[in-house]
Amino acid sequence: MIPVQHYLVVSALLFLIGATGVFFHRNLVSIFLCVELMLNAVNLTLVAGSRSVGNLEGQALALLVIVVAAAEAAVGLAILIALHRKRETINVDDQNLLRY
Amino acid sequence: MGNASRLLPLIPLIPGISSLVLALFGRAMGRAWAGRLASGAVGASLVLAAIGFADVTGAAPGQRAITVQLFEWVAAGSFHARAALVLDPLSSIMALVVTGVGFVIHVYSQGYMVGERDIGRYFSYLNLFIAFMLLLVLAENLLFMFVGWEGVGLCSYLLIGFWFERETANAAGMKAFIVNRIGDFGFLIGILMTFVVFGTVSFAEFLPLVPTQDARVLNAIGILLFVGAIGKSAQIPLHVWLPDAMVGPTPVSALIHAATMVTAGVYMVARTAPLYAEAPMALGLVGAIGAVTALLAATIALAQEDLKRVLAYSTVSQLGYMFLACGVGAFSAAIFHLVTHAFFKALLFLCAGSVMHALAGETNIRKMGGLRERLPVTYRTFVMGTLALAGIPPFAGFFSKDEALWSAFREGYFLLWAAGLAGAFLTALYMGRLWILVFEGRFRGGSETAQALPESPPSMTWPLWALAAGSAVVGFIGIPHHSWIETFLAPSLAVRTPRPSSMYVEASLMILNVVIAAGGLLLARRVYSAEPGLPETMAKEPGRLHRLLREGYGVDALYDVLIVRPVLLLSRVVLWRAVDRSLVDGSINGWARLVRVGGEGLRLSQSGNLRLYLFFLFAGVMALLGWMILGTTWAS
Repeated sequence: MIPVQHYLVVSALLFLIGATGVFFHRNLVSIFLCVELMLNAVNLTLVAGSRSVGNLEGQALALLVIVVAAAEAAVGLAILIALHRKRETINVDDQNLLRY
Repeated sequence: MGNASRLLPLIPLIPGISSLVLALFGRAMGRAWAGRLASGAVGASLVLAAIGFADVTGAAPGQRAITVQLFEWVAAGSFHARAALVLDPLSSIMALVVTGVGFVIHVYSQGYMVGERDIGRYFSYLNLFIAFMLLLVLAENLLFMFVGWEGVGLCSYLLIGFWFERETANAAGMKAFIVNRIGDFGFLIGILMTFVVFGTVSFAEFLPLVPTQDARVLNAIGILLFVGAIGKSAQIPLHVWLPDAMVGPTPVSALIHAATMVTAGVYMVARTAPLYAEAPMALGLVGAIGAVTALLAATIALAQEDLKRVLAYSTVSQLGYMFLACGVGAFSAAIFHLVTHAFFKALLFLCAGSVMHALAGETNIRKMGGLRERLPVTYRTFVMGTLALAGIPPFAGFFSKDEALWSAFREGYFLLWAAGLAGAFLTALYMGRLWILVFEGRFRGGSETAQALPESPPSMTWPLWALAAGSAVVGFIGIPHHSWIETFLAPSLAVRTPRPSSMYVEASLMILNVVIAAGGLLLARRVYSAEPGLPETMAKEPGRLHRLLREGYGVDALYDVLIVRPVLLLSRVVLWRAVDRSLVDGSINGWARLVRVGGEGLRLSQSGNLRLYLFFLFAGVMALLGWMILGTTWAS
C-alpha cells in the first residue's frame, strides 16, 4: 500500500502548479482550469486522508467539492461569456475598472 | 404681621412671572398691552410692598422683621443657604423705593419707547430687573443676595445693549459687565470668607457674631465685600462703566443706573452695617473712596457735553456721598440720601429723556438752549430736581446731603467733610450749568431738531410730576433731630451714639451748605448766561484742565494702556495664535492629515490587478497557515 505521504506530496505539487497558473495566466479560461486543478488537488488530499484514517467523511466532502466546482464552473463560465460580449476580451489585466 | 408673610414672596415673583410672559408672548400681545402688563405687574408689587411696609411700621419696634423661607436652597455639609426673604425696616423701605420709582418709570417708558421695535423685549427685561432687584433687597443671606446682585447686573447688560444694532451699545454693555465682574469677584470671595469665618451667610445669624471676631478678619471681609460695592455702585476706580452705560434707553438710565441698581452697593454696606461698625479699616476705606469719588466725579461732570453723561457722573458723585456717610458710621444718612437721590435723579434722567424726545434724540447740551417755553412741564420739574440735587431747602437733597455732611463733621472726619462740601459746590455748579445751557437763553440746535416735537405726552409728564413731588417732600422724613427714617432704620443698622455736638455749629453748617449750593447755582448762572457761547469756544479750544476733566482724568485711556491692550495682545499672540491655532487646531488638523496621508498610501494597493490580489490572498493564507503550524510546533 502506498503511504499517505505520497498522496500528500502529489496533491501539494498539483496545488502549487494550479496556484502558479492562477498567478501567471492572463486568460480567464486558463485561470479557471488552474482553479479546477487546485480544487482537485484538495480532493486528492481529502480522499487520501479519508482512506488512511479509515472513515468516509473525507470522501463525502470530496464529492461535495466536485458538485460545488461544477456549479462554480457554470456560473463562472457564464460570467466569462458575458464579459467577453461586453468588453471583447477575457484578459484579466484589462479588467481594472475599479482600480484607484 | 399677619398677611405680609404670605404676600412677601409675591413681591419679586409678580414682576418675574410678568417678565416671562412678556418674553414668550410679548410680540403677540401688541405694543400697548405689553406696556400695560409690565406696569401693572410692578404696580401690584408696589401695592404689596406698601402693605408690607405698613405692617413693619405697625409692628412693635422689637418685632419689625419677618422672614419667609421659600425652600432650603443649598445644603452641602456644614454649608447651608436658604432661599429666604426678610422684611425689616431697611428692606421694606428699599422695596418701596424700588417698586415706587420702578412703577413710575414703567409708565414713563410706555410714552418714551413709543415707536421702538421689540417693545415686549424691553418690558420683559425691565420687569426682570425689578424682580432681581427686589430679590437682592429682600434676600435673607449674602448668597441669595448675590443671585439678585448678578441678576440685576445681567439685566443692566441686556438693557444697555437694548439697541444691539449699535456698536457703541454693545461695547458699553460688555464694558459694564466686565467691570462689574471685577467687583463681583471680590464680593464672592467676601461671601466665601464670611462663611469660613462665621459658618453661615445668613444676615440674622452672622451679624450678631461679629463682635466675637478679630478686627483684622472683619476688615478683610469688609474690604472684599466693598470691592463688590465699588463695582456695582460705580465708585472710583471702577466707575468707568456707568457713563458709557448711558447709551441705553433713558428710562433704563433713570431706573437702573441712577435710582436702584447702582445703589445696591450702598444697600449691601448698610445691610452688613454691624460688621463694618467693627471693622475700622474697611469703614475708613469706604469713607475715603466715597469722598474721593464724590469730589472727582463732580469735577468731571463739570466738563461733560452730553446731557446724560453729566447726570451719570453726577450719579457717581452722589453715590460717593452715600459711601461717605457709611464711612463715618452714619448708615441711616446713607440710606436717607439713597432714597432722596432715587427720586430726584430718576426725575432728572426722565427730564433728560423728555428733552431728547423733543429734540429727536439730541443729547449734546451745546445744541440745546431756550427749551423753557417749548417744554414747560419738563422745565419746571427739571428745576425742582436740580434744586433737590444741589441741596436747596426744602427739597429732598438738602436734608439728606446735610445729614451726611453733618455726620462727617460731627464724628471728626474733617477731611471727608471738606471734600464733600467742595463736591456740593461743584454739584450746584454743574447742575446750574445744565439748567442754563439746556433751558435758558436761545436755542442753538440745527433746524432739524428745532421743528421736532413739542412737550411730551401725558404718559411722560405725569411721572415727572410724581417724581418732582417726591423730590419736594421726601426730605421731610429726615428732619434733623426729628428724623423719622433714623429711628425707623435703627433696628436694622449698627447705630453709634453720635458724638456730642453744638446746635449752633450744626445750624451754621446747615446755612453754609445752603450758601455753598446757592453760590454754585448763581455762579453758573452768571458765567453761562453772560456768555452763552462759552461751551462752544471751550470745545473748540479746550484748555488743559478742561480737556483733562472732559476725558475723565484719562482713566479710560489708562485702563486701555494698562489692561485692555495687554489683555488683547495676550489673547491674540498667546491664546489665539499659540494655544488656539497651533495647539487646538493643530492637533485636530494633524489627525486629519495623518488619516489622509495614510489613505493616500493604502489606496495604491487597489491596483485593479486581479492576479496581484490573488497573490496577496494566497500569501496571506500561507502566512496564517505557517504561523499556526509553526506556532503550535514551537509551543509544544
